[in-house]
Amino acid sequence: MYDKKKLDAIREEKKKWEETSLKKELEEKGEHKKEFRTWDGLLVERIYTPLEMESRGWDFTEELGFPGQYPFTRGRTPTMFRGEEPRGFTYGGFGTAEATNKWLKYLIEQGGKESTVAMDLPTQIGLDSDNPLSRGEVGRQGVAIDSLADMETIYEGIDIGETYVGSVVPCIGPYYLALMLALADKRGVPHSKLHITMQNEPLKDYVARGTYIFPPGRAVEFACDAIEYVVKNRLEDVLPISYTGYHFREAGSTIYQELGFCLAIVVEFIEKLIGRGIDIDDLPRAEINLTSGVDLLQEVSKFRAIRRMWARTMREKFNAKSAKAMSFTHRAGSNSSLYTAQQPLNNMVRGTIAALVQVLGGVQYCHVAPYDEALSIPTAESAKLSLRTHQIVMYESGVANTVDPLAGSYYVEALTDEIEEKSMELFNRIQEMGGATKAIEEGFMRNEIAKAAHQFQMEIEKGERIWVGVNKYQEEEPFEIDIMKVDPNEEDRQIEKVKRLRKERDNGKVGVSLDELRKATQNNVNLMIPLINAVKSYATTGEIFDVLKGVWGEYTEQIY
Amino acid sequence: MNKARSPIRVLVAKPGLDGHWRGAMVLALGLRNEGFEVIYSGLRQTPEKIVQTAIQESVDVIGLSCLSGSHNYLFSRVAELLQEKGMDDVIVIGGGIIPKDDIPYLKSKGISACFGPGTLIGEVADFIRANVKR
Repeated sequence: MYDKKKLDAIREEKKKWEETSLKKELEEKGEHKKEFRTWDGLLVERIYTPLEMESRGWDFTEELGFPGQYPFTRGRTPTMFRGEEPRGFTYGGFGTAEATNKWLKYLIEQGGKESTVAMDLPTQIGLDSDNPLSRGEVGRQGVAIDSLADMETIYEGIDIGETYVGSVVPCIGPYYLALMLALADKRGVPHSKLHITMQNEPLKDYVARGTYIFPPGRAVEFACDAIEYVVKNRLEDVLPISYTGYHFREAGSTIYQELGFCLAIVVEFIEKLIGRGIDIDDLPRAEINLTSGVDLLQEVSKFRAIRRMWARTMREKFNAKSAKAMSFTHRAGSNSSLYTAQQPLNNMVRGTIAALVQVLGGVQYCHVAPYDEALSIPTAESAKLSLRTHQIVMYESGVANTVDPLAGSYYVEALTDEIEEKSMELFNRIQEMGGATKAIEEGFMRNEIAKAAHQFQMEIEKGERIWVGVNKYQEEEPFEIDIMKVDPNEEDRQIEKVKRLRKERDNGKVGVSLDELRKATQNNVNLMIPLINAVKSYATTGEIFDVLKGVWGEYTEQIY
Repeated sequence: MNKARSPIRVLVAKPGLDGHWRGAMVLALGLRNEGFEVIYSGLRQTPEKIVQTAIQESVDVIGLSCLSGSHNYLFSRVAELLQEKGMDDVIVIGGGIIPKDDIPYLKSKGISACFGPGTLIGEVADFIRANVKR
């Protein structure tokens, strides 16, 4: 890429600079650290020049190319944010379906384009609100869904054919899809008009998030039922799986674990889907959800690295040909485990860096965690400020005007290469172990992340790493902010609601639909149709998952 | 063996359905470094199971971690069960996303202290050493 003569001239100049200006400065003032590293430990040189690019054999076409083309380093589309603006999204929903409905309407009025509805933990692991294990959890981390009746309330007065809806339902994805399809049928909205994003990726939950239900292999097959249904019925605006490295990082992983483990899970799913007779180029465009941390240039490089890793893996491993298969929709949320309860307003600044990382890094769906997230479930006010943060970065900062604005920075290209290399090493290690499910069953991913989280904590405790407000610049007086309160009586009301439903519905119909679901499960066929029928009969979440658990069994966590 | 001289035993437990293990695991590993004997319960423990483990392992301290907002019920239920079993010599501490306004309630139920995000392991260790009932 560089002319040899010009490189020699640069080398010569660099040497001169080192012996004169630099030497003098170092002798007089020195530097405040012996070595400089990125957040995730990459050694950072004092300066970067074309010499490093040359010594790595960096090639413009191979490593960078043009946006919307292989290897997609620069972004998914040729025009990126000049054409398609990134969407800010919020993650909310709490208490009852009624409260969530109001919340959604408020966000839509505020210009939120997509609302991901959070479900409470009992729902996410297939339990009804009146199950003894649900006690204390109902309506806490999100809204309780006991049956289709709750979905009807959540979307009351909201046109589900016009809104982007979504949920984080890693282990109950096909059930969530069945709820949305059943709701569309009841409202006369054609399935093809639905815009749905669902996470539907259960494997990471055995590693980090913890809403697992079935043994991991079964969970993958179950999730694939929804994907297969979406592909075969050509539901073009339904995104049936969102892969995520986000939760690994929030649990304390390094960025290499975040990317490497995530890609290993992607490959596991694609192998299963190809096994079901689906061509890789016919799969819906995938989505990946990653964190945007606070080391701005490292994080932008990380996003660029994963796009290239993805493209190369899809082409080299699966022989993918289409741009759709070789790229993915990029979703990212701020690294909110770095948010502090101390001096919570500081988190707005961390959120702003996250928003910059997302736009500079070519992310289509951007989420900035509200600044009070380390204290409680966010308030409407703090959630609105998150949307505004994204909007200010998008419309005022100017960083969205050109595609991949940091491309060509010697430093950013070096980081991008190094991150790809280190992440692929981990990915390859998992492939050698027999793939993601195997690595999860052996506890490998979780233990590696726990080690990284422990190391991070030790670095904070020893002051090797500065965390403003935590181990440096602490303040004595805690700052007072308004926090969101959940009405404790909502749990009882939700329990009443599900009990009433069981009395009032046609229980004969429920029995038949659950029997059909059981038979289908035993026969190992795609469960989407029997699930939709069960949902329409107003079978409850717990009843449906009890049928599946009865056939597949349940997972219990191994402690290593 | 003289219990007063043996290392302090801590059960770090995850009550309820919350799957965020980072805080619990980092605390467990960190307290081990501080010289405590630590048992980590794993996820999805009922208050009953936690108290049962505490009895079996004869621990001095139970550290509960919850980030789902269900701490009021879950933490106080653990404390209540301990009192029922007459295990007054076990102290219970909590961590996770615990709003400040909930702390007086939790203290009234028998939770000795709550530690939020950004807590250093050393703070927890010092608290345990100062308050353990032996």
